[in-house]
Amino acid sequence: MLKPEISSVIAASNTKDSLRRRLRLGERFIESWIFLAGLFAIIILVGIIAILIKEGLPIFTYSSPWQFLFGTKWYPTSEPPTFGILPFFLSTLMITLIATAAAVPIGVGCAAYLAEVAPPRIRETVKPIIELLAGVPSVMMGFIGLMLLSPLVRSIFHLNTGLCGLTAAIMLSLMSLPIIVSVSEDALHAVPKEFKEASYALGATKWETIRHVCIPAALSGIGAAIMLGVGRAIGETMTVLMVAGGALAVPLSPTDPMTTMTSAIASGIGNAVRGGLQYQALFAIGLILFIMTLAVNLIADKVLERQKRKFAR
Amino acid sequence: MRKRLFIILPVVVVVALIVTIIALSGRGGSSINIIGSNTLTPLTSVWAEEFMKANSNVSISVSGPGTGPGIAALIDGTTDIAQASRQIKQSEIDQAVAKGVHPYEIQVANDGLSVVVHPSNPVSELTIAQLSAIYTNHITNWQEVGGSDTPIVVLSRDTNSGSHDFFLERIVQMQGLPTENKTLQYGPEVLFLPSTEAGLTEVAQNPNAIFYAGLGYVTSQVKTVAVKKTASDPGILPSKETVLDGTYPIARPLFFYTNGEPTGVIKAFIDYCLSSEGQEKVSEVGYIPLA
Repeated sequence: MLKPEISSVIAASNTKDSLRRRLRLGERFIESWIFLAGLFAIIILVGIIAILIKEGLPIFTYSSPWQFLFGTKWYPTSEPPTFGILPFFLSTLMITLIATAAAVPIGVGCAAYLAEVAPPRIRETVKPIIELLAGVPSVMMGFIGLMLLSPLVRSIFHLNTGLCGLTAAIMLSLMSLPIIVSVSEDALHAVPKEFKEASYALGATKWETIRHVCIPAALSGIGAAIMLGVGRAIGETMTVLMVAGGALAVPLSPTDPMTTMTSAIASGIGNAVRGGLQYQALFAIGLILFIMTLAVNLIADKVLERQKRKFAR
Repeated sequence: MRKRLFIILPVVVVVALIVTIIALSGRGGSSINIIGSNTLTPLTSVWAEEFMKANSNVSISVSGPGTGPGIAALIDGTTDIAQASRQIKQSEIDQAVAKGVHPYEIQVANDGLSVVVHPSNPVSELTIAQLSAIYTNHITNWQEVGGSDTPIVVLSRDTNSGSHDFFLERIVQMQGLPTENKTLQYGPEVLFLPSTEAGLTEVAQNPNAIFYAGLGYVTSQVKTVAVKKTASDPGILPSKETVLDGTYPIARPLFFYTNGEPTGVIKAFIDYCLSSEGQEKVSEVGYIPLA
């Protein structure tokens, strides 16, 4: 009579054990899955850098870094080819600066309004709409720029052609606006209520509270938002390719037609022979673009760090 | 239960992906991939649609980033047919042969590369030397070629384009004329555009612009300029007659390139393009059929 009891006890402990073991196995599986995913992202990033360096650096044996960076002539298919990317570099700089200068004040202002001033109902309807705007495909923005904005820019500024850097910069500011608004609104919204209440208790007005309490407290978030916006502006290709004009001359004013680094890569890579000089030159442009965005991010990190410390004091 | 879902979900996604890939690659019927000239794309699309209507088990994809990318794709083996608005270059043939690809040329239609301006522009004819000076930025005002006192906005296709290369040789460098100069290049103020449509949109809106495009793209929103070989020759507009008898100075053949002589379904498609039915479509789209 004893035997079945014992066996059932053993069975029970067995199932408990196997359950625990199975759970532990599942846990391990998930852990290794996440670990692999993380590793994968890092491997891909390192791989991209390695390929950029491997394919791009050889161009400097043909044309010196000085000639490449400060040369003003880009004739990749003539004999002998010349590669000077100064016009592209200046175009990218000009368009990004104008786009950022336009998008940041408007974006942060809009975010402050949504987070601090607007009644909840407006906030809840407007924010999703703005976020939806971030998803508009860049080729559609290019189309809008080509058909609507460029004739407008041409007639307002009395230009020869509306296909110019300014048109591209306006389109880019429109495209980075939703990102800046959405991310900095989240940051402002996350500022603890106590901060604001303390400010109001001291007799500060709404504007003073936003200016001196909310924005400084949310600065790292707003900084991240601005960085994302600048990143979008530097990296955007299709829209710029369609509306910036594509001239190879060094741009002297924002209203000149110009080619940015991204659109130079996009329009050249299709017929560049793999491993040829033009191919290497385009990869070198990609490498420089990568270094530029890295530098922007590092500088922004440093500035934000200092600001945060100042605020903490 | 939720934990198990976490494990199952990625597995399901991966399996679904693999199944889709297998299903797509093993799909019944055959497919033809065509990449290349932006000039030829409207024509090839019509041919592809008509051919697919008659042969429902064939699927044809057509894309037109430019002749350069088309030939590059043929060399890399990623396309069945490369469409080209210029002849293949010797350097491209060398690369192809090095990769075991043997480009086979088939002329499928003719085109008169048209020089277009805004309809309000009083200039109606230009010599090749004048066009060359405009595209090298030596002439920058319409007054210098008999127009009004406004600056010229010079539009061109980018380096992907076969039209870009053809126009460079025949107009900018004036090939075949006593003034031929192989060192001339497009000027730095020229606007390089990613597609023919972008250029025509700008010409239709901008009274100062000049552009070139395949005949199939020319609409009533722009004005075609007659081209004169030299100042003493008559100005000639591109048409079926002037292109076929060779009097239009910048007429050009349009090509398909395949890897070796085409066989099977690709041969059937090209035979259709060259048939009288296919050549009728050439005129409908606006290009000029083979003589």
